[in-house]
Amino acid sequence: MKFGVVVFPGSNCDHDALWAVSQNLGAEAEFIWHDSRKLPAVDAVILPGGFSYGDYLRCGAIAKFSPVMTAVKKFAADGGLVAGICNGFQILTEAGMLPGALIRNKGQKFVCRPVELEIATTNSPFTNAGHKGDHVTFPVAHGEGCYIADEQTLNQLEAEDRVLFRYIDNPNGSMRNIAGICNAGRNVLGMMPHPERVTEPLMGSSEGLVVFRSMISAFATK
Amino acid sequence: MTAHVYVTLKRTVLDAQGQTVQSALRGLGHASIADVRQGKFFEIQMNGVSREQAQTEIDLVAREVLSNPVIEDYRVLILE
Repeated sequence: MKFGVVVFPGSNCDHDALWAVSQNLGAEAEFIWHDSRKLPAVDAVILPGGFSYGDYLRCGAIAKFSPVMTAVKKFAADGGLVAGICNGFQILTEAGMLPGALIRNKGQKFVCRPVELEIATTNSPFTNAGHKGDHVTFPVAHGEGCYIADEQTLNQLEAEDRVLFRYIDNPNGSMRNIAGICNAGRNVLGMMPHPERVTEPLMGSSEGLVVFRSMISAFATK
Repeated sequence: MTAHVYVTLKRTVLDAQGQTVQSALRGLGHASIADVRQGKFFEIQMNGVSREQAQTEIDLVAREVLSNPVIEDYRVLILE
């Protein structure tokens, strides 16, 4: 299986994501520059964390117009796996590939610490290697991570089992403690916490591997 | 031609920055300040377009780029 990691100007978790899947899980992986109009032959795309285009205008607002996003949208529409982490989640909501929006943290502060999450469902290509109800601890690092959507959208996400991760102790005011969701087709993930930052013992934990292992397993059984 | 675009969070969206500014102002003794909403302001210069063309184009830009309709409202003013 081959991963593509998109690099926007201002991405800063791109190397971490590439390392997580290539060094720690032995998958093939390559970077994809933001002005690419076509994706290379990859089986999954990661939109990494960072501050694409300096977070100017709104987080992810400029990135959604970059040439690579047209290709990523088509890839997702054809069923390809797309995982947006942190700024990647913000880009996916701005691009309309996931519902809702991410606004300034309720406490105003940039939050940068490990947080405990519940795996809310294993019915997704991003959590199938975990156990429903298990707690995992991933770091968060964001100023605009408060997930909001209208009541109808929130109800729909829950009814369709599309909330994949919830905060145990909500760090940013996200509605219904939502930390990560998927699209209706279940092949596009957006999450604020950083699984790629906890993928080997040297990082203090390998709990984040569950996300990437799930993707590899989903691809293998496709 | 100059266009002014105001982008503000919808009333239903928590404005954490506005609330912080409000509490700071009250702390300074401005007891009559009941609410503060913070937003963005864009001043856009345009060349060679009529007022109607400017209105249409800026409206499009405000809706699709300058604001996120999920969380924000916008207001456009076309000036001479």
